[in-house]
Amino acid sequence: MAIHVLYFASVKEKVGLGEEHVSPPASVATVSDLMDWLAARSPKYASAFANRATIKSAVDQTHVPLSTALGEAREVAFFPPVTGG
Amino acid sequence: MTTVRVQAGPLDPGAELNAFLKDTPHAGGIAVFVGQMRDFKGADRGTGERVSAMTLEHYPGMAERELGVLVEEAKQRWRLDNVCVIHRTGELLPSDPIVFVAAASAHRADALEACTFLIDWLKTKAPFWKKETTTQGPHWVDAARADDIRAARWEKPAN
Repeated sequence: MAIHVLYFASVKEKVGLGEEHVSPPASVATVSDLMDWLAARSPKYASAFANRATIKSAVDQTHVPLSTALGEAREVAFFPPVTGG
Repeated sequence: MTTVRVQAGPLDPGAELNAFLKDTPHAGGIAVFVGQMRDFKGADRGTGERVSAMTLEHYPGMAERELGVLVEEAKQRWRLDNVCVIHRTGELLPSDPIVFVAAASAHRADALEACTFLIDWLKTKAPFWKKETTTQGPHWVDAARADDIRAARWEKPAN
């Protein structure tokens, strides 16, 4: 399962890149699982996802809670709370 | 009629309003909100750190899509002849307009409420992020609790 993962704002700065394609194992079933799997990759990812309560996510460009199943998701984004307007 | 636009170039609220009025000759009430960049950090104009510049990052694709969702929601809730939402991205300086929201209706109540709703939900749902440059260096702006409270007021559908 290849997923296009995007990072924005402070999450992007901590991870050190804006987007990538990843192929997590089948055990990664939810957005939260994906976050755990990414956080285990390196200290940079760990720091980006350290404060879980402040991370928001979107699946295929729609806001979702972290508990959401990945299902057929093609694009998953992680970012801090939005501050536009 | 609706317009949703995310643009990197300068935003001219006067020109946008004139175009909006021209497109909506039969509306009786037009409400407009313009958000522009402040030159101070946080809530206090007097004691806040000076902000010299700002960068607005967005999620291309989702930003446009989310603004469209908000506009559709507003059109479900109020009787609107025309709605326009334009948001800047990129580098901004103090007093640069960031966002332009306009709502037109037969009467003022629908226009005013829809305009307020649109900016309140935009602030908590549209994927844009502000990074300010102050005398202490650059920093990402924190989301404000007050914005969440204002947005929550609209969670129950209007009658």
